[in-house]
Amino acid sequence: MNFDWLFLFEISLAGLGTGALYALTGLAFVTIYKATRVVNLAIGEMLMIGAYVFFAFAAGLALPVWLSIVAAIVAGGVLGALVERTMIRPMLGESPISVFMVTVGLGSILVGLVELIWTADPRRLPEFLPNDPIFLGEAYVSPKVFYGFCVAALLIAAMLLVFRFWRGGVALRATASDQAAAYSMGIDVPRVFSLSWIVAGMIAAIAGIVVGAIGGISSTMGIFGLTVLVVVIFGGLDSIAGALVGGLFIGLVEAWAGAYLGGEYKVLAVFVLLVLILMVRPYGLFGTHEIERL
Amino acid sequence: MRIGLARPDYAADEALIDSPTQWAWVGLLFAALAAFPFVANEYWLYLACLVGIHVVSATGLNILTGYTGLVSLGQAAFMGMGAYTVAVLQARWGTPPLLNLVAAGVVAMTGGLVVGIPSLRVKGLYLAIATIAASFIAHFVFANWNAVTGGTAGLTVAPASFLGVTLDTSFRIYWLIVPLTVAMVVGAANLFRTRIGRAFIAIRDRDISAEVLGIPLLRYKLLSFAVSSFYAGVAGGLWAYFFRVVTPESFPLILSIFYLAAIIVGGMGTILGAILGAAFMAMVPELLKLVVDWLPLGANATLVLSPVRTIVFGALIVGFLIFEPNGLAEIWRRIRRFFHLYPFRT
Repeated sequence: MNFDWLFLFEISLAGLGTGALYALTGLAFVTIYKATRVVNLAIGEMLMIGAYVFFAFAAGLALPVWLSIVAAIVAGGVLGALVERTMIRPMLGESPISVFMVTVGLGSILVGLVELIWTADPRRLPEFLPNDPIFLGEAYVSPKVFYGFCVAALLIAAMLLVFRFWRGGVALRATASDQAAAYSMGIDVPRVFSLSWIVAGMIAAIAGIVVGAIGGISSTMGIFGLTVLVVVIFGGLDSIAGALVGGLFIGLVEAWAGAYLGGEYKVLAVFVLLVLILMVRPYGLFGTHEIERL
Repeated sequence: MRIGLARPDYAADEALIDSPTQWAWVGLLFAALAAFPFVANEYWLYLACLVGIHVVSATGLNILTGYTGLVSLGQAAFMGMGAYTVAVLQARWGTPPLLNLVAAGVVAMTGGLVVGIPSLRVKGLYLAIATIAASFIAHFVFANWNAVTGGTAGLTVAPASFLGVTLDTSFRIYWLIVPLTVAMVVGAANLFRTRIGRAFIAIRDRDISAEVLGIPLLRYKLLSFAVSSFYAGVAGGLWAYFFRVVTPESFPLILSIFYLAAIIVGGMGTILGAILGAAFMAMVPELLKLVVDWLPLGANATLVLSPVRTIVFGALIVGFLIFEPNGLAEIWRRIRRFFHLYPFRT
């Protein structure tokens, strides 16, 4: 039998495209986790809010696309700040499970808000990415997926630079590595907490716009967040490199499962993978293995 | 004005019901439960049955999450296993309902044991996420194992019949659901007077210390999973008899979150909490319906209802966790204390 390598190549490219978006959202997740040790199950819903705000400005108010993108990013940041201040800050010092449940509740609230304002019907975002078909060698890549990949790659690179060189980014890493030490060096830790949520909200908004541009938006697109959860567990909750590798890998696995087994196997493949990871290496590929002491 | 009780021995100290006053209240409660179907209308009976099912499942989750400290978001999947067991047994062999319900519990229990195996390796959030995976995998099996589960169309269930009576109305099935609910709640309450229950609590408080004290962690964690999913399976079986149709969409992830929310709102790690929480969370949508109908929204009312319900649902979880982390059970205790100590202030 002649194996169709070109088909595999095309599928893999599409998978990498989705994977880059997983990696981007995973980055938002890891930013929050590193700084505040909060597992944010509502990341998918924050992404959704970003996409809907963009939709409201671009389609509802008919503003130019670049302005709408800026507005959505600002809205994402404001949402992050608001959530941190009203829900996460009061839970400081509570058990991680309680905080996790707060984010579950937050997800529910955000879904309800979107359905209340925009109804549950799926919508299409206005077209703003160029639409000419793109070929890499012989393989066809959907232009939206291609540009999505580019946006995600650029943004990830920018974020890495920010974490590396910007004062706020350094403060964030310092807080992540040792909270008490960061405090005593004069870093305003509560502000770093806010900052991490704001940054994550902004990243999520951008990811939401790209995801929405590719697949349309609806009140159930928060499901995307569950796959991102698998991504970050695969890579290790507190590892940026892990989120990147994990995102691309999960994107590939999902695309392969969808192409060779059938669409309904996508979710199954991802979650079976998750169970395997948890059994073999629960702290992920690059995560820190925490040793518990009495 | 009952300030305290003299408890002469350990048996009295451990008793579930510790005073004649409490016996009187419990008697009154049972009388009310028995009289309820004769005074309530169809709508209230429907709600009572639904609350009964929710109470069984929430109590099960409370054993696992509230008492053993293992967070699970797979309760709905275990319920689904139970519901499908009942549906298949009823349709193929027509075995008696009580046997079917026990079988439902056992099948779910087996599922719970399998899901519980990673619990020695991972815990806390990782475990919660593993159970999310379990619930997606279970959904896939329900939707694609056509030969047994009937695929996405699901299965219809014939009404249960008990001693020649067909339980096809809310009034009739009430007599199956409520006694079973009471029995299972009492069973759960008694569990925590035994060695096993105490071991669960020790694991919740600090699992490493518990192991040092000679509690085999894997065995007791698996046991907790087993008991909890047995409850879920029975609840799922009751669900199947009550709604008489089972589809893969009957048991979504959101239902698992519903049960977790119920025990948070009610109060984790208390028997009363699961009851209050399940009843409260089942009533909230009905209350909202009243409120939304009452607001001058006109034709929009039905359109607004579902999103508002989702928002209130989330807000309840967040609100209780921030302002009343011990839940309704704590409020209940406070009220009781007020009357016990009257005229003194607490």
